[in-house]
This record gives sequence, C-alpha cells and structure tokens, in this order.
Amino acid sequence: MLPYVIRRLLQAVPILLAVAGLIFVMFSVIPGDFASTQMADGRSVVDAEQVARMNKQFGLDDPVHVRFANYAMKLATLDLGTSFRTRQPVINSLLERIWPSLQLAIAAMAFAIALGIPLGFLAALKPGGWLDMQSMFVAVSGLSLPQFWLGLMLMYAFALVLGWFPSFGYGDGNPRYIVLPAVALGVAPLALLARTTRAAVLEVMNADFVRTARAKGNSEVRVMRWHVARNAMVIVLTTLGLQFGSIMGGAVVIEKLFAWPGIGSLLVDSVSLRDIPVVQACILLLVLFFLVVNIIVDVLCALIDPRIKYT
Amino acid sequence: MKKLAFATALTLVAFTVSAQAQEPRRGGTIRFTAPYGASFVSNDSHVSNQIQDEIYGYALHGMLFRWDSKAGKPEPELVKSFTTAADGLTHTLKLRDDAFFHNGRKMTADDVIWSFTRLVDGSKNYPGASRVVRIKGAEAVRKGEAKEISGLKKIDDFTIEMTLTDPADPSFLFYAATTAIMPAKEAQAPDFFNKPIGLGPFKFVEHVPGSRMVFERWEKYYKPGKPYADKLVISPMGEAAARDVAFRNKEIDVSILGSTQYVAYKADPNLSKGILEVAEVFTRNMGMNPEFKPFSDKRVRQAINYAIDSDLIIKRLVRDKAYRAVSWLPSSVPAFDKDAKPYAFDPEKAKKLLTEAGYPDGFEFEWTATPNESWGIPIVEATIPMLAKVGIKVKVKPVETSALGGVVAKGDFQAYIWSNTSGPDPLTALKCFHSSTPRSSCNYTTFKSAAFDKLFEEAAAERDAGKKVEIMKKANALLQEEAPVWFFNYNKAVLAYQPWLHGLQANATELALQRYEDLWVDATSPAAK
Repeated sequence: MLPYVIRRLLQAVPILLAVAGLIFVMFSVIPGDFASTQMADGRSVVDAEQVARMNKQFGLDDPVHVRFANYAMKLATLDLGTSFRTRQPVINSLLERIWPSLQLAIAAMAFAIALGIPLGFLAALKPGGWLDMQSMFVAVSGLSLPQFWLGLMLMYAFALVLGWFPSFGYGDGNPRYIVLPAVALGVAPLALLARTTRAAVLEVMNADFVRTARAKGNSEVRVMRWHVARNAMVIVLTTLGLQFGSIMGGAVVIEKLFAWPGIGSLLVDSVSLRDIPVVQACILLLVLFFLVVNIIVDVLCALIDPRIKYT
Repeated sequence: MKKLAFATALTLVAFTVSAQAQEPRRGGTIRFTAPYGASFVSNDSHVSNQIQDEIYGYALHGMLFRWDSKAGKPEPELVKSFTTAADGLTHTLKLRDDAFFHNGRKMTADDVIWSFTRLVDGSKNYPGASRVVRIKGAEAVRKGEAKEISGLKKIDDFTIEMTLTDPADPSFLFYAATTAIMPAKEAQAPDFFNKPIGLGPFKFVEHVPGSRMVFERWEKYYKPGKPYADKLVISPMGEAAARDVAFRNKEIDVSILGSTQYVAYKADPNLSKGILEVAEVFTRNMGMNPEFKPFSDKRVRQAINYAIDSDLIIKRLVRDKAYRAVSWLPSSVPAFDKDAKPYAFDPEKAKKLLTEAGYPDGFEFEWTATPNESWGIPIVEATIPMLAKVGIKVKVKPVETSALGGVVAKGDFQAYIWSNTSGPDPLTALKCFHSSTPRSSCNYTTFKSAAFDKLFEEAAAERDAGKKVEIMKKANALLQEEAPVWFFNYNKAVLAYQPWLHGLQANATELALQRYEDLWVDATSPAAK
C-alpha cells in the first residue's frame, strides 16, 4: 500500500505543474493586469510611468516564456512568490486562510454525510415508496439550486425571520457562525450522496452474495449491515471523496457571501485584482487538496473492501 | 394656570429628553461595513488605494489633513495650521504636539518625513507616491537619485517646511489614508504590520482577513473625550444582498445601498428614516475618442449629449440614485456653477448638428462598457434606441471592470462609459483636460483646447480664492460646450443607518468614509454595552 501512496503522490507533481502552466497561460492572455485594476474604481489615476514601474517591480514586463521560467523555477523550490497587492509572501496569505476553509469544508461534508447517506439508504429500502420519492425530490432540488441563491435564502429564513443564526462573519469560535455557510455549501454534496447511496444500495441489494447471505438465514439487519452497507460504501466513499475535493470550489461563492475568511474569498479578491501569484497559489492548493483527498479515499476503499488491491 | 404650568412642564421634559437624546454617549460597539468588492489588502494603509483600506485607515491612522464634510474641504488634522509663502509653493506646516501613536510615543516631524520618504520609495510603488511626488525633490528619491526629499525640511520637532513643485493646496494632497503618518522607528520593525500602530482614534486589536478588523478606543487621542465608542468592528461585505439581510437583522449599523435597495428602503416606513444621501465627487460619463473620426468634431459630441434622454435613464434605470450631470465638475465642489443647465433632450437638434458635421445618415461606433448596473452595459443598452433615432448605431464591446482602466489608458476604444473622480479638488479634476496631461494619466479623451488651457493656467496661478473659483467655473462651462464626454450623472451615494447610530457625516469624497471618533451609539443599540 505504501509504495502505491508514494507513487500517487509523485503522480500529483506533473498534474500540479500542468495546472500551474494552464493558469499561467490563462492569466497571460485575458485582458487586464494588476496596474490597470488599480484604476478600476475610477478614483485612482495610475499614469504610464507608474504602470511601467509596477510592471518592472512584479516582473510583468518580461516576455511570457521568461516569466513562466521564473515562476517554474520558484515553484520548484516551493516559493509561491510575492503578492502584488499586499507585497507580502503569498504563503502568508494562504496560511491565514487555510484553517477557516478547512473548518467550513469539514462542517459542510459532515452535514452532507449525516443527512445524505441515511436518506439515500432509506430511500433504497423501498424503491418507489413515499420516502424514496421525497428523498429524490430533495436530491434533485439540492443539485439544481444555485449556491448563491440558496445562501441568501438561508440567511433570510434562519437569520432574519427566525433569528437562530448570525447572517455573516467568522465569529469568535462560536459554532453558530458556521451553520448557515456550511449548510449552503453542503446541500449539493448531500443531494449527490443521497442519489449515489440509493443507487449503490439498490445495486448491491440485488447482488448474488446478498441473496446467498439471506439464504444462509442471516437476519435482515445483519445482511444490511455486513453485506449491503459495506459493499455500497465503496461507491459512496468514492463519490464522497470527489465531493470533498470539489467542495472547496463551491466555497468560492459561499465564503464571499458570508464574509468567511477562507481560500475561496481570497481567490475571488485576487482574480478581480489580478494578483496572479495569489491566484496561482490558491488554485494549486485546491488541486492539491483534491488529489490528496482522492488518494485517501482510494486507501479507505481498499481497507473496506479486501477485493481491491493496489500494487 | 394649572394647564399652563402642566404644558410648560411637559415642554421642559420634552426639551430635556431631546437634549439627552442628542448628547453623545460613551461606550458600545460600532459595527461598520466596508461595502465594496474585496477584503482589506493588509494592515498597511500605504500599500493600497482601495477604498476598502481607506475605510479602516480612517480608524487606525492620522493624516496631515482630514476631509471636513460640513465645510466641503479638507481641514488640518495632524497639522495645526499652515502658512504659504508669496511664491505659492513653500508652505510652513505647524504640527500638533499632542498627537500620540498607539504605543504612547508623541508624533514628531521625523515621523512625517520618514512616512513620506517611505511612500515615495521607487522600489515600492505605493499609491500615495503620486501625491508625494508633488513635493520638490521627491521625484529624485523615487528614481533612486537621492535619499532625502529636498523639499521637506524639519525646522523643529513640530514644524516642517514643505516646498511643492506646483502651486497646489497641500491640504488636498495629504488627506487620504494612503498618506498616513506612521511611526518612523517602530514601523521598521519586522513584525510591525502584524500589529500596526497609528495616530487614529482607534487602536488595532485584530484582523481576520476577509471577515473583520477590530479596534478599541485610543485613550490618548488628541481630541478630548473622543472617540465615544469603546470598540469598532469593520467587516468587508461586498455582496449587497448579504449586507441587506445583515442590516435588516440589526447585525451591522450601516450599509451602502445600490439602486434596487435604494427604492426598497425608501418605500419602507422604518428603513426610510435612516437614509443619508450625498452627491459624491464622481461623474459618470461616456468618453469619446477623437481618433475615431466622427468624435473629433465637437458638433458630433454635442449631438450625442442632445440625443440621449439622460433624465429618463436616471429615473427609470438608476432609480433616481443620481444627480443629472451638467458638466465635469460635480455639484459638491465649490467651482460648480449652480445656474448652469444640462444639455436638453433634443433629438432634432442632435440631427441638425450631425448633418452640419457631415453625418446626415449618422454613423456606427463601438462602445466599451463593463457590466456595472449604474454606469455600464445596462445604461448603454438604454441609449441604443435613443441614438438610433438620430441615425447613430452602437456596437457594445463588453470588458471586465478590472480591465477597463487599462483599456482606456491605452486609448484602445472608440467610446467608453465609466465613473471617474471629478473632485474634491476642482483644479486637479480640471487638470485632466489640460492639453499637457497625457491620456495615460487622466486625459482619457485626449482633450485639447487652447482656451481651456489658458483658463486652467489662470486658475492655477490665481491666489485669490474667490477669483480662482470664478475662473474654474468658466473652464468648466467651456468643457460643457466642447463636450469631450457625454455628461451622464453625478453619483448619489446612499448610506442606510440604524436609528441608534449618531454622528454620521455626508462625506462627498466617499460616503463610506466616516470620522469614527464622532460616531456614537445610543442605549438602544444591540451592541450598546
């Protein structure tokens, strides 16, 4: 198993480099640069000389290939560069934001797992029944609702009308602050987990080994627990891993809406201000997170299901 | 008699209650918002010209001057007074001797000189440098040819002689947080900006990036008894809808309103009681590039101004959250001519002018615009049928907001729509139309007029304030006649505030910039304790 994990981690390196190259090319071709964003509010005047000086300071006046070579060299030594807008090392900005983002991602996934998996499981027990119809309605709705709109509705209902939770902010460690952004972020994975769990459980329930288990006189609880749930969990876990990785992408909208101090809101700010070193670092971090989560999921799948072998 | 005595007693009680209600109260927390797009850049006010950072800068820092919203001009802050020599260039600044940094050390002239030298350091490119370079010798420091600004001399610990390169008013140059005075020695410590200290009314407590900045009262602030509040929390909240919920939920004390919310708040019997409006120093305009042939003719530019029903667009699309523009200078600057009338909506006159200019069948042009609801694509779309009626066809060229500045400064447009600062210093605003000002600075329409240049230079040289204003009025009228832009509107900024918050000022330079030391919350605030 260990050589497999090491190999997977090493495979992540070219992926990260390819992503870094792609981001670099994208931000080299789209209009706008850091100097021009300084004028965006119409109140500041940045003359040509100042623009030239800024571009020189940030190395933006070099040809694209030179800039990319410099960037790749730095990246090879794990130097993420200096932020254009804060003039501080990018790593400082990331370190400030990682923990709030992780808190939010974990809370959102906990919400999705706690509701989505049981919902899908119960729905599969009586396909076509009342609970199945209701749970699938919830699942389809959850996947269809735009996160921004959902966040606003949650704010309106649970902060303004019911007054149960604060509508925005990070708070001083009080868990009430994380509830609404976590729910807004967790609804889509909840829906997907419910659908996947239902499909996986239905598939396993019809498998030969389940019929054999029943024929051997195992109780229904034991069949469900040891044969159905365990086998279905491999599929569910794979979905969960993918969702946990992609949830950080959804945080871009939610963190900004709820003034949550995570990587997502840092990324939005940095894109709009063309703070390219920070944009690159944020995206690389999100990709790395996605890859690591998926490696962990693969390992967990192997532990649950002995038939899965990694060499 | 009894009735009279009762009535008198009632009146006295009413007056007492009223007086008590108006008496500023010490204590409580002010929960302010930084209502624009991004979070705070850092704890260093010198590095950013974003208005978000100016908002916290007003709490943390002291500047040489500060905007006085009532007088509509800057007033001395860390400077007690200043005198100007006969040459109009040399100013002697008397500094306060009772301003203390948040570590208890008294501010001196050395701190001012160090702060300005830091700002103009060529390797740093701080935005405040564009103001400091107007001090003689600052450019040499910027280029690395000198280490000290020759035009900045310490006379004694609390007196500075400042020589400018042109006859500008120093109070208009050094009132923004981008020119904040920082402690010379302390600010050079490696960890300083993790816990910055300034001269402002509130001390730094913590910054949770993207979420909030927290301050507490500075007891040795130089204004006795101020600030009133114990604590100040500023949360960056760029999303208008989220701000709306938080405001209605009484979690924040102020919120800047957009057009849609403005209508909703005005229609609400409770919310409408707490609305503060001001004509900000911004002019929304469509700039016309004279390198695109039709726009080189003044009659065509005038025709555009006549062909668009600006009042209708302001009423229907901007929801009356704007004031009709007359010329470039907005109504909130002293050189605005209150008797001047805007271009009338007159399509027939527009057609006549186009015919005279040689375009009887009109022409087609490309209009660069961002998605901004108040001065972007929605506005352009509203003008399309109006311009079509006089034969002018419009092709919209959408750009992202962050890219617009670069596109315009490079001249890569036929026409653009933007919201540009047009004050508070009318002379600086008018300089953008002087023929010596390059497009890359702020003469985006490469305007050239010998008559305008003459008026501008006269105004700049004039020492009598009254005469200066009169000359600037003439220059502004000439701009209207020449119409380098379509004069659309002056921004009406609207701030919604909770009934328990008092002491807000109608700041025409930016309504979200408040003097926190004057704000106080009464006992009805949820954060009154």
